[in-house]
Amino acid sequence: MIGRVGKVWLWAGYAFLYIPILTLVVYSFNDSNLLSVWGGVSLRWYYALVADEQIQSAVWTSLKIAFFSASTAIILGTLAAFAISRYKRFAGRTTFLAHINAPLVVPEVITGLSLLLFFVACENFFGGASLRGMLAIWIGHTSICTAYATVVIQARLSEVDRSVEEAAMDLGCRPFQVFYLIILPSIVQSLASAWLLTFTISLDDVVSTQFLMMPGTTTLPVLIFARARLGLDPMINAVATITVILVGTGVAIASLLLVRQERLRAEAQAAAYREGVLAAQAG
Amino acid sequence: MAGTAAQVTPAAPPGTMGGSGDAQFLRVDRLTKRFGEVAAVDDVSIAIRKGEIFALLGSSGCGKSTLLRMLAGFETPTSGGIYLEGKEISALRPFERPINMMFQSYALFPHLTVWENVAFGLKRHGQPADRIKAQVGRMLGLVQLKPYAQRKPHQLSGGQQQRVALARSLALEPRLLLLDEPLGALDRKLRAQTQFELTSIIKSVGVTCVLVTHDQEEAMTMADRIAIMSAGSFVQVGAPREIYETPGSRFVADFIGTVNLFEGALVEDEPDHCVIETPVGRFYVSHGITGVKGQRMSVALRPEKIELSTTAPADTSSNCLQGRVVECAYFGATSLYRVLLADGSRLQVSVPNTERHGEVIKVGSDVFATCAADSLVVLVS
Amino acid sequence: MSSVATSTTPAAAGRSGGLLARLGRINWGRKTVIGIPYVFLVLFFSLPFLVVLKISVSEPDGVGFKDLIDFTDGTLTLRLKLANYQFLGTDPLYLKTYVSSVMYAAGNALICLFIGYPFAYFMTRARPTMRPILVMLVSLPFWTSYLLRIYAWKGLLDDNGVVNNFLLWAHIIDTPVKMMYTSFSMMIGMVYTYLPFMILPLYGTLVKADPRLLEAAGDLGTTPWKAFWLITVPLSKAGIIAGTMLVFIPSVGEYVIPELLGGPQTLMIARILWNEYFQNVDWPMASAVAVIMVVLILLPLVLLNRYQNVEGRAEGAAARRGAAA
Repeated sequence: MIGRVGKVWLWAGYAFLYIPILTLVVYSFNDSNLLSVWGGVSLRWYYALVADEQIQSAVWTSLKIAFFSASTAIILGTLAAFAISRYKRFAGRTTFLAHINAPLVVPEVITGLSLLLFFVACENFFGGASLRGMLAIWIGHTSICTAYATVVIQARLSEVDRSVEEAAMDLGCRPFQVFYLIILPSIVQSLASAWLLTFTISLDDVVSTQFLMMPGTTTLPVLIFARARLGLDPMINAVATITVILVGTGVAIASLLLVRQERLRAEAQAAAYREGVLAAQAG
Repeated sequence: MAGTAAQVTPAAPPGTMGGSGDAQFLRVDRLTKRFGEVAAVDDVSIAIRKGEIFALLGSSGCGKSTLLRMLAGFETPTSGGIYLEGKEISALRPFERPINMMFQSYALFPHLTVWENVAFGLKRHGQPADRIKAQVGRMLGLVQLKPYAQRKPHQLSGGQQQRVALARSLALEPRLLLLDEPLGALDRKLRAQTQFELTSIIKSVGVTCVLVTHDQEEAMTMADRIAIMSAGSFVQVGAPREIYETPGSRFVADFIGTVNLFEGALVEDEPDHCVIETPVGRFYVSHGITGVKGQRMSVALRPEKIELSTTAPADTSSNCLQGRVVECAYFGATSLYRVLLADGSRLQVSVPNTERHGEVIKVGSDVFATCAADSLVVLVS
Repeated sequence: MSSVATSTTPAAAGRSGGLLARLGRINWGRKTVIGIPYVFLVLFFSLPFLVVLKISVSEPDGVGFKDLIDFTDGTLTLRLKLANYQFLGTDPLYLKTYVSSVMYAAGNALICLFIGYPFAYFMTRARPTMRPILVMLVSLPFWTSYLLRIYAWKGLLDDNGVVNNFLLWAHIIDTPVKMMYTSFSMMIGMVYTYLPFMILPLYGTLVKADPRLLEAAGDLGTTPWKAFWLITVPLSKAGIIAGTMLVFIPSVGEYVIPELLGGPQTLMIARILWNEYFQNVDWPMASAVAVIMVVLILLPLVLLNRYQNVEGRAEGAAARRGAAA
């Protein structure tokens, strides 16, 4: 079905995508810190990683920020997705849509800079303490993440059968009950994938974090970026390998679960159909 | 009143208003719904009896679904009122009305089991657990789905899903049950069987029911009374037999079943009969009509009320059309003939095949088509 | 929370006057749902941009900035320093940088399309059981940190890197080939990062294509090659546009890849902005660069939006005509 050309193209494509990742992993076990010399297999860079406190605290900070950004983003994203798919007409809908989609389109250097200048202006205006640091980074990440979350959740929300909501109301559900009894269970999966997506985006963010952070706290990607600019550092390879293993396992598990869920569902529907046919023939 | 069905007043069709108590169980008073300039439901009034199954029949866009949704509470009327047992309900939200609806797509909650689906309404109304258990059990027994109580909707066939939807909508013992195209999603064979089941369940429960459909057969077999809707208004309201045998207008005659329509002029008008002269023949109708000599009118004749014969009848002066058979479609139980008449139009005749090896009229033969005087209906509009 | 009948009745609508009564009739649920994300984004997205706009026309005054509006002796003065914009509009380096950013982004999009379209197409031709695996294999790089993957290319293309070592070992070359810090290395990085963004939407569109259309074409005498260009490609238009936009737009404002893999020749506008802020500490200039970047991005987007609306309206009108017939 694929054909010879297709097979070659796919293999070449996947090779292109994966060879760099593989070299990262392989060289993380290189005893020498030079790429041109293979010093034998060793775990020294992993030991160094564990001992490096700067990296430890950066990882912890990144995880914290990512967690809060992702969680806030799916709450805001659900509200926004709801507004877009349910309320077809309200004053300022076009501007609302523009606001929701803008972070997807505007380069991060701009969002980072503008948020920073905004916080500085607030500091000057209200005479308060510096708003930079974790709070600012959290807000910056949330703005960007909300846009992605909205796209994912809205795609699922627009598929939900409206008559199910009406049926719920018909049976005695007040509007808010409809939301958490009927709609929420239907979109749970998209909420989970939106959370994972935004978590990853936040964890990975370099540019706006750099604008908004305070000296003293740093996140993992900012740290990696700083070291990478200076040159090649095998500890980064070690970080990369760990990341690849974690992400790879996660993606594999998620894919398997999805495929299995689809298969079970199809089987159940087929079984029900067969039963229906047999019943019709008998009765 | 029977026999003068040609006089149809637009404001309130005969047999729709009047009476009290049970006869006005559900009353719709001059209900209108506008979307912008367009009136989807236009000044509709009707009184529905307690325990009646009332069908709204019409093609897409006639407003029947909008009317149903206003009864359910999903649309607010632009003007007019809805009275259930004397109480005005058009201001109530859907969850405040003692009305339940069965949706065309069934709208079963996909993440809940059959049992939980049926129990849903009862739980929302704060019923005690033992009452819920008893009622759900009763409902599932009514639709014969007790063994499937723990299944989820996607594990059920189409017919089973429909029964769950019905059980769910009856669980709260609503004062009014609304059905939105109840048989629309089922395939043909299942449809016939389900029609009877559905009607018998509804009658056994005794709930008043309004159903919406575009399928004539569904309306005719299930409903006690049918309202034919077009462009937002009721064109005719009556029992299925009345609508079929005594249509009030050309629209209704043409809408329900198949019909042969002849245009002509009124030449004789007496209290007990009238005569219409048409290009293909003269029709002697056994009821009187209110009209002026020479007035243009139509005569409606159903295909199954016609007799075909290759030999001429005794009296060819009226109710006798001559022509040639140009088409014959064999349906097993009946045969449908198309007879080419003098003015080029085709007469449709449905003949039951009562004998296995009976005499068959062949295509191309010249025939005489006759009918009884009381088989004809005169229509002025 | 759904577009269902509101609690106003036709009879009572507009009659009861009091403020409290009117407040009670407002659909608070609806307003909150729209309001919360709206307020958040206006506060932390639009408002900041207005600040940027303001600073781009401000005169530095020590640590802060001079006021734009000044009211002294009964005279209202509005002071907008447009010098930054003048400079950006006329300086050849900045103009060149803007153009080069767009060119690199366009090149990136085209290469990704050229590689990605056949890739997605061949994915759809695989056995149905294989397809989830193929999709998963494309998603994995997508979920892995792009910073790390760019760093991998540093390791590959460096003078002492993997590629050079291999070429030297195989005696294909005598001295290392300079590949780092060039347009070449940057473009490889860009394509590498953005390829999944092109493949996944294209796959999503192509996999939904109706195979019966191709069967019908074959039945009518079209060769597979022609059928591909006459049927498959036009029907996947939505996916092509989505993928191209998903690649082109972020590429224009890309910072990390040019910084890590590019060199002094690779002029990208985001680096200019970064340098103006972090190195020159020239906030007004950085802001002006930001404003122009936004304008450059907004214009094609507004045009795209209009194109989509026109298409949507035309399709809607045709559908309505069909239904009425």
